Order: sequence, then C-alpha cells, then structure tokens
Amino acid sequence: MPSVLTSIPLAAKGTTRLKDPVAEQRLFFRRALVALVLVLGALLALVGRLAYLQVLNHEHFATLSESNRVKLQPLSPTRGRIFDRNGVLLADNLSSRQVQITPEEVPDLDATLTQLQDRLTLSEEDIARFRRLVKRSPPNQGIPLKFNLSDEEIARLAVDLYRFPGVEISADLSRYYPLGSQAAHAIGYVGRIDEAELQRIDPAQYAGISHIGKTGVERSYEDLLRGQTGYQQVETNAQGRMLRLLEQQAPIPGKNLYLSIDIRLQAVAEQALEGHNGALVAIDPRNGEVLALASMPVYDLNPFVNGIDQASYKALSSSPDRPLFNRALRGIYPPGSTIKPFTALAGLATRAINPRTVFNCSGAYYLPGQSHVFRCWNHRGHGAVSLDRGITQSCDVYFYNVALRLGIDRLHDYLTRFSLGERTGIDLVGENPGLVPSEEWKRAKYNQPWYAGETLNVGIGQGYLQITPLQLASATATLAQRGRRLQPRLVRAIQEQSTGLIQEQAPRPLAPLQVDDPRHWDAVIAGMIHVVKSGTAARIGADAAYTIAGKTGTAQVFSLDRGEKYNARRLAKNLQDHALFIAFAPAENPQIAVAVIAEHGGHGGSAAAPIAKQVMDAYLLKR
Amino acid sequence: MKISLLKEIDVLNLDSRRRPLERLHLDTPLLFALLSAAALGLLVLYSAGRENLDLVLRQGVRLGLGFVVLCLLAQAPPRYLRTWTPWIYGGGILLLIAVLMVGEISKGARRWLDLGPLRFQPAEIMRLAVPMMMAWYFADRPLPPRLWPLCGGALLTVLPVLLIAKQPDLGTALLVACAGMFALFLSGLSWKIIAGLGLLAAGGGPLAWRFALHDYQRQRILTFLDPQADPLGAGYHIIQSQIAIGSGGLYGKGWLNSTQAHLEFLPESSTDFILAVFAEEFGLMGLCALLALYFFIIARGLYLATRAPTTYERLLAGSLALTFFVYIFVNAGMVCGLLPVVGLPLPLISYGGTSLVTIMAGFGILMGIDSRRRASPY
Repeated sequence: MPSVLTSIPLAAKGTTRLKDPVAEQRLFFRRALVALVLVLGALLALVGRLAYLQVLNHEHFATLSESNRVKLQPLSPTRGRIFDRNGVLLADNLSSRQVQITPEEVPDLDATLTQLQDRLTLSEEDIARFRRLVKRSPPNQGIPLKFNLSDEEIARLAVDLYRFPGVEISADLSRYYPLGSQAAHAIGYVGRIDEAELQRIDPAQYAGISHIGKTGVERSYEDLLRGQTGYQQVETNAQGRMLRLLEQQAPIPGKNLYLSIDIRLQAVAEQALEGHNGALVAIDPRNGEVLALASMPVYDLNPFVNGIDQASYKALSSSPDRPLFNRALRGIYPPGSTIKPFTALAGLATRAINPRTVFNCSGAYYLPGQSHVFRCWNHRGHGAVSLDRGITQSCDVYFYNVALRLGIDRLHDYLTRFSLGERTGIDLVGENPGLVPSEEWKRAKYNQPWYAGETLNVGIGQGYLQITPLQLASATATLAQRGRRLQPRLVRAIQEQSTGLIQEQAPRPLAPLQVDDPRHWDAVIAGMIHVVKSGTAARIGADAAYTIAGKTGTAQVFSLDRGEKYNARRLAKNLQDHALFIAFAPAENPQIAVAVIAEHGGHGGSAAAPIAKQVMDAYLLKR
Repeated sequence: MKISLLKEIDVLNLDSRRRPLERLHLDTPLLFALLSAAALGLLVLYSAGRENLDLVLRQGVRLGLGFVVLCLLAQAPPRYLRTWTPWIYGGGILLLIAVLMVGEISKGARRWLDLGPLRFQPAEIMRLAVPMMMAWYFADRPLPPRLWPLCGGALLTVLPVLLIAKQPDLGTALLVACAGMFALFLSGLSWKIIAGLGLLAAGGGPLAWRFALHDYQRQRILTFLDPQADPLGAGYHIIQSQIAIGSGGLYGKGWLNSTQAHLEFLPESSTDFILAVFAEEFGLMGLCALLALYFFIIARGLYLATRAPTTYERLLAGSLALTFFVYIFVNAGMVCGLLPVVGLPLPLISYGGTSLVTIMAGFGILMGIDSRRRASPY
C-alpha cells in the first residue's frame, strides 16, 4: 500500500529522500503543461504539413487526382473502304477477335507464351511474328499474338485470363482484301505502323490506330481513308476498369474510295498477262481514269495486314520475278518501236517531215561520214517509206531519218510533252520518272557531248530512253485525245461514310500538247490504224469488232534494271526482247488506251498485242 | 475550458446531486468528445468503405463494445488497479514470451496467442500494463527520480518493448515505448537526462538502422524519404495518400466524394489511411476541426490527470492521455508523408477493433481515476 506522507515539504538532502506530494503535484502539473504545449506544437506541425499539401500544392494534387480518375481513351475510326468503279468491294474491314499482349505488363514473356500455347493453337509463325513485333514496338503497346480467334479458343482462354497479366482479348477491325491478289499493286495494303513511320506521323492523328497504308492507294490516300480518331473521357478505377463515360467525341470514319479501276477488266488484264512478267495499264483517254493497272506477277495482300511471316516475305522479296515490284508504276523499259508514233508526231509538228516525206530503207543506215551501221529490224529493207508505211511497218530507217532531222533536243521536247520521262502525277506514291535523254542531261550526267547516233537510237525507242508502262499508256491516251492531256488517276470518287454522299473527282487536265495543224494527229493515228489493219499487229486486227489504233514494240534489253547484276544462268531469258504494244480504240472515238509490256515476251505484235486486244474487247464489247 | 469550469462547480456539489453519468464514474466532456469522434469515424468510414453499410454496422458494434469496456473499467477503483498492476504487468510479459514461442504467425509476424476461444495480441495488454507499471514503480519513490530508480523504470519499459519489437510489431512497440517515456517524463525526469537521451537516440539511429531494423522496415523508411523511387510499389501508398489529401484543398470535395477512395486508388482507405479520405472530403477545415477535437480529448485527459490525488493515478492518467496522442500523430504523420509508414490506426476513426478496445479501456481507467478523487483516502 502507498506510504502516507506528511504534508510538510521536506527538502530532501542526504541519501534518504522522502516523497513530497505537493511538490510532486506541482512537478506533474508543470510537466503536463509542457507535454500539452508539445502536443499542441506537434499538432500544429501536422496542420502546417496538411496546409502545405492542401493549400500550397492543391492545384498539383488536384490535377494528379483528376488524372488518376479520368482517362482519355482514343476511339479508333473505321478505315474507309475501297471499291472499284462499279462498287465491287476491294478493301473491307472485318471484325476479328485477337489475343494481345502488352510486354511491359508481363513478368515473364517466355513462360506466358508457353502457357498460352496450351490454350491457343499457336503456330511457329504466330510466335515468330509476335517476337518480331515485340522488338519493333514500344513495350507499352499491345501486340497481337493471334488473330481471328475461334469461339472455342476464346472460351478456353477467358476462363483463366486473370492468370496472365498483360494478356487481353480485343475485338478489332482488321483490313481484309476480298479479292486477295487482284489489283494488288493498285490497291496496296495496310500494315502495322513501324518505327520508321512512327517518326514521321503525328502521334495525335494515330492515337488508337495501329495500321497505316504501306503501298498503293492505301498509302497515297492514307489521310482520307484513315478518318479521325475520337476520344472518350472515362472514369476509371485503380485497376483501369472503366466505370463511367464522362465525355465522348465520336471518331469520324475514313472516306470510302471508288477507284477508276474496273476490277472485271483488271481480272482480264491479269489473266491475259498470265505467264509473263510485265505490266498493263489501261486508261480512259476521255478523263484520265485508269481502268486497269496490272503488274505481273501479283501477290496476296492479306498476309501483309497483320505482319507477314519472314519466310513468305523472303520468298516474295527475293523472287527473281519480283512480285512486290509495281512494274506499271516503277518498272522502266526501253519503249522500242512504240515510241515511233510520238517521234512521228514530233517530226510533223516541227515540220521536220510532212506526211508525204519519203525515206529510202535499205535495211541499214549510216550517219554521214561514219562507218557504224544502224540496222532496220528488217535487214532486207523496206524500200521507199512514207510516214504511213514507216509506222505500219515500223521501219527503223525511216525513224532514224526523222530523229536526225529533229535533233535530240526537239525530240526530247516533244516526248516530254507527252509526259514521257517524267512522273505522270498519278495518285500513287513511288512513280519512277523514267528518262528521256537530252544533250543537256548527258552533259550533266556523264559530262560528255551528245552524239547523233544516240539521237537515232532514241528515235526508235532505244538507247538511253526509259519509260514506265504508265507513262506509255498516258502518252497513248494523249495521242488518242489528239493532244488533250489528262493526269491519270486511280480514284474517281470519294464517299463520305456518314452521309453516303459521293463526290466525283473531276478530271485533272494538264497543259495540252498543241500542234499547228490537227492533221498531224490524223496522219499518225492513220498510221497506227494501219498497224493493226495490215501492219505489225495485223493478227489482232483481223477479227476486231472496232477500229484499233496501235503500235507494236520490240525492245532489246539485257536486264530489267540498269542496276541489275549480270547473271549468266538467266542470260538466255534475259536476252530475249521485251514485247510491247500500245493501242487505243475505237480509233474514231477513243474510249480506252492501253499499254502492255511483256518482259522478254519476244515480238510486240505476237506477244503483247493479243493481250491488249483481250482487254479492249472486254471493255468495249463488255465481254 | 468553460465546460471544465462548470465541472469544477459541479464537483463541489454533493454526490447525490451529481449527474447520472458521473455516478457511473464517467467524465461527461471527455465522453462526449469520444462519442463525437466515434460518430465522425462512422461517417467517414461509410464513405471510405465505398458506402458499405455492413462495414459501418460492424464498426458500430465494435465501438459499442469499446464504450462498454470503457464503462466497465471506469468502475474499477484505482487502488485495486494499483494492487493488481505488478501481476498484470508480469502476466503480460509472460504472455509476450509465450507469443514468441508458440504464437500464431499472421502476415509474417508472430503476434497472436490462441487460447481456445480467446485469440488476442498480448502486446495490446502492454499498452495499458506498461503505463500502469511505470506509475506503480514511481508512485512510492521520491520524484523526480534519481539515477537508479530511473534505470529500473527504463528497464520496465524496455523489456516489453524489445519483446514486442521482436514479433515484430513496430507500431505497438513504439506505443509502449512512448507510454513508458511519458511516464518517465511526467515523473519529472531531469531535462539534462532528456537531452542526453535525445543525443543518444540521434547517435543510436544509424546503429538501429544497421542492426535492429528488419529489411521491410528499412524499406519503409527509404520509401518515406523518396516515395517517387517506386511509385507503383512501396511508394504507392504514400503518393496516393498525398494526392487524396492535396486534392481535398481547403474545403474538401464533400462527403462521399472522395474519388481516391471510391475508385480504389487509395489502399487501406478504411483502415490506416482513412485520414486521407477525411482530408479529401472535408479539406483542411475539416482536418483542423478533427485535430481540435483530438486536442480537446488529450487536454481533457491531462487535466483530469493533474486533478488526480496520488502519484500513481497522475502518472497513469497522464501517460494514457499522451499515448492517445501518439496514435494520432503517428497515423496523421504517416498519412500526410511526415513520418514513415507505421501501422497505427487513427483512433476512433479507422476501421478495426483491437486497438479501439485498448484505447477505450485506457479512457475508462482515466475516467475511473478522476471520478474517485474525492473518495480517495488522501
């Protein structure tokens, strides 16, 4: 029990102190007061800290809280679809469910892949493609592992999806090309945005968009097809689950495109060219619309959409036939004799010759004072040749004379006015300008003077002259239109998806090629009509139900490209001539102009002309 | 202090004219303050628990139990408590040793003792037993204490603190240590020694860092110093808590409008971090009011202690009142990023029962001490 003490305050001096209740009470009171002051101080320190957070830094934390709560999610727009001129669907969007993995959120990617393998049937190819994409993409981006999941696969995966952080099933619209390979080079394909493209695109425009047009119309009309990303502001919880939609700005779907291509005609063209490497371009000369743009061989567009596997890509890219190469647009060829109508027109327009000018062909031609022989293809000679016979028989000597009279600069001038040797301006990316040489060009390029012999070669479509099938078709259309020039184009109408409103694209006229006497055109065209009636392309003229104006060409080449390496094993094939043919029909009212190149096809009249004929028949006779 | 003045007048009145609450040995102002805090707690809990009424009801039951314990302990005359003190303390130490040997492990710590139907943390007993023992120890000795009694008292505190820290339960160890230190302080420990201990603590800090702390405790301190180092891991609590507080601003977002809690960004929003929810919804103004309420409770407790007639009662009451403050300061300091994360609840507000009962028991003892001061034999 406590010791009861006296109330006498004792000053404890010595070893035995006694308790002093009053002093102790006072002491306690003082200490309690000090403690209370300390408590108050500590609480005020807390208030200070809280004021620092809530008043001084309120804005900062309010923003953080808001960004915690509200997430801005992009809503991807539907890509515009692509149709042919008659409304046949060429590029569609299919909804597909895919498994997607965000590498950043996966603790062990390899283990996850192994475990997923049990639930999904993953091919080596799927995994290889996935790994390739992982390397190329930022780690916070969802990367597809498998597309077009079946209901069964989804069911199997969904059961324990929670065990795989970073793995999700997403529903997506995937580009699909129902015709596969038809018109592949014109339509082009979309693919996942790669690192290089990431550098050049505006990330805001591509928020929520994973694909971009890589080639063809898909690329050149990317901005129209893509549409505009929408946004939704959603309230999310800490797990990122959406709780409430706060605000939404709907995406604007991309515009539908109606190509000028007639897919039926395209199919005919591709079928007709089958077996050849080559190209065919058909243009409606009245408006510049490209009716068919074939480059053979073709390839299937669909594998490219979600990343083609390495082996298939290698097979395509290293094939000597170069299927991925758009020959119509980028292949450059010597035009051979198909240049002759243009040379002839240049001669007439410059008064270097007139329709009655006659040159004698002995099968060979010598430049004055030189010993080098320039041969006619017909070594026996054509005798006296006028303009009409010159074109009909494709007499080289006649055109040597015309070219010499013209001189390279005037020849260059006129060929260029036909858009030869320069980009036609078609609505595709990557057009090769080709080359129409001039004295100036040679000096700049080789620092060498121009020789007259080179003019002769250019006059018959050889030498430095290199043009694309598209240029040739476009120039033929200009010829058919007697100098009226229109820029070739692939898209004839653009449709607003929301309203369905179709906006037709007006033809894009270029400065016309004017000659002082319209009969110059008549003379050249008459020659071309005779080519098909009785000349080098007579075999297609015999049963033609309409008048064709055409010109054959047989171009000597050793290789497709200037840069291509000499290859002994392929020499035999490579030594064969390219077969070319240009034509328009009906001659009196041209509705279609065609240029065909069959690489190493031999003679233009026998190899290329029938191909053009099939296409013209299909178009004009609706066969 | 108007209320306490009235109380003073009241005290002079005859026993029979006392208010009913006082006949029950309860202190009216303190009880009302505690009830207000508890009511406020339920209100915040309703919001922090995402409007889960079930949670609020369960906490209401616990609070009810807490007030029952308070009332019961208020009936215990202090002199009986004093008699029993060494036994309670000794028993507590034995239980702590038992826990270390046969205790149940939960969440990586050995804290629980399972005695058939009763499952409890012996450390909780020490929260009360240590201040009681310290008061008992110094009650018979002349104050301020000299060196040897001081060492003896210190030993009485250090022993259970070490046992609790070994479990490990840093929060309770801290509370028990504080309770002992407050008793020492109130007993009149000389300022020189206090300064010396302060220096020793400053010097011992690095040693404790090196040898005494567990890895997770070290990590907590590192995280506290730089929460941004691991914003999604260890720093997440601190960052989200500060976002909640800061976004509350001066006046708060309003009751039930805490986005941090409702959208689950703030972990432990209804337990240890409930103050952040309060701060988000009621702002600095609400916090000041809450802290003022707490301050009133502490001040009232200390006031009641100073009125107590014996040293034992004074030291015990004062130590209990100040220990209550430790809860508040450590919890609020942790929530607003002033202190490292230590798992102490906000008394009367946080969801959870164990510490609530202990706290209420402490206030029960405090009230019991005060109500009998006239009846005491001194």
